[in-house]
Amino acid sequence: MPAAPDAVRVRGLRKAYGAVEAVRGVDLTVRTGEVFALLGPNGAGKTSTVEILEGYRDRDAGEVSVLGIDPRSRDARLQQRIGIVLQATGLNHYLSVRETVGMFAGYYPAPRDPDEVIGLVGLAELADRRITRLSGGERRRLDLAVALVGDPELLFMDEPTTGFDPSARRQAWEVLRGLARLGKTILLTTHYMDEAQELADRVAVIHAGQIVAEGTPQSLGGRAMARSTVRFSLADGADLPDRFGARRLPAGYELETDSTTRLLHELTSWALSANVELVGLEVNPPSLEDVYLELTREASAA
Amino acid sequence: MSGIGLTLRQVRYENLAFWRNPAAAFFTFVFPLLFMVIFNVLFGGGEDGGRFFTPAIIVFSVITATFTNIAMSLTMARDEGILKRIRGTPLPAWAYLGGRILHAAGVALLLVVIVAAFGAVFYGVPVPWAQLPALLVTLLLGAATFCALGLAVSAFVPNADAAPAVVNAAILPLLFISNVFFPLQNAPEWINVVSEIFPVRHFADAMLRIYDVNTLGAGFSNGDLAVMAIWGVIGLFVAARFFSWEPRH
Repeated sequence: MPAAPDAVRVRGLRKAYGAVEAVRGVDLTVRTGEVFALLGPNGAGKTSTVEILEGYRDRDAGEVSVLGIDPRSRDARLQQRIGIVLQATGLNHYLSVRETVGMFAGYYPAPRDPDEVIGLVGLAELADRRITRLSGGERRRLDLAVALVGDPELLFMDEPTTGFDPSARRQAWEVLRGLARLGKTILLTTHYMDEAQELADRVAVIHAGQIVAEGTPQSLGGRAMARSTVRFSLADGADLPDRFGARRLPAGYELETDSTTRLLHELTSWALSANVELVGLEVNPPSLEDVYLELTREASAA
Repeated sequence: MSGIGLTLRQVRYENLAFWRNPAAAFFTFVFPLLFMVIFNVLFGGGEDGGRFFTPAIIVFSVITATFTNIAMSLTMARDEGILKRIRGTPLPAWAYLGGRILHAAGVALLLVVIVAAFGAVFYGVPVPWAQLPALLVTLLLGAATFCALGLAVSAFVPNADAAPAVVNAAILPLLFISNVFFPLQNAPEWINVVSEIFPVRHFADAMLRIYDVNTLGAGFSNGDLAVMAIWGVIGLFVAARFFSWEPRH
């Protein structure tokens, strides 16, 4: 069976604003049906890259194909097949949730039922409320409903949960997982590592306009991924020998290592012979956040 | 959906939202009447005043409902990201802008009816039924021209906070020197020369002629209409070239 064509294919993308090079040779491939996270700090070129894909911005160089169409063409047939959630976009405050979603539904050739979409984002009980009276989180969910009502194959989301409280984020993630199960392709940008880790099939880290790493959240970063953190505390009176080179925490010790097995062996050997308990011993693989900080630090230093 | 269908649908949503802000809607309609009463008290009074200020305030109403409204509301919609969001959908740009323009023109027309009726009832200024075709053509051309100029000016307003200042700076001086806020008969010649460059003066003169009891015949002011049309076309070109869907940073 031939592989499904890629939803997004970008090669050698470049974009400068005056003397500032925001995007400096980005290559990206988003496969059909996957959730792809573009991860990077503010100003890394995430938004510029995504806005070129969405057709908002022209590029200086490179090849771009979105659902087989060059977004530069501003072909309405592309706009019909994508949904866009931008960071800051407004809506007419005086319309209700249902009117707003209904209005946008009319822009698409084969929209979803507005009420169904409103239910999907959890706004069913607020369907008749005017936008002026929605909270920030509720508006963000309405943004998502507006992006979904055209029944897009590919959804772009620029920092979809920025400014959400933790429970609203979990809800939004649930909605996104549901969309992914429906087979939608999702390209999201985020600077939250946990978001990428929770949602994405693949992640690319962008820094200073270039992709510095790409892979699954589990594999990302290779060497950096092998590094783990060991934490524990000791009962009163006991002291860890200096040879371990541990960092003192307010309540205990922290060690970083590339060879976890060896360290644990040495640590527990010492503890048994000294007859002390390693209280609350934990071994943590690096979070995507550690990997990301490491990668962007390396990229800055290079 | 057909292009016209899309546009009319957009008009319907614009209208729904318009009436949901009753304070704004109320003053849109009351403001010109307030001016009409004040100007009559200050400068005119009686039948002569009414005969000047009824057509003059009709012109003022059309300009505020089209030029001022479009320039300000589009700048605000641009700053709020409303335009950018629309741009990301398959809705054609002309259908969205067409919806806003038609709605503005509709409000302008309603205002004209109110002002004309107010003039007829309170100042005894008869509606110039004999010149009705000229009246309609002049109104339509005026609305089209000032919509186009509103679009054009919105492209040069840096942000929503600056919109009232910039838009008023563009239009208020012209209203003062163009036979709208008071009659120009005693003005120095250079004021006449300057005001005749711009479309407000020609709109006002065309409307005054239609309302002038001494006007015989159809009441068309072809020269004035031609100048307005030229400005309308300039406005369209400038808007097509410089209109922005995204906030200016």
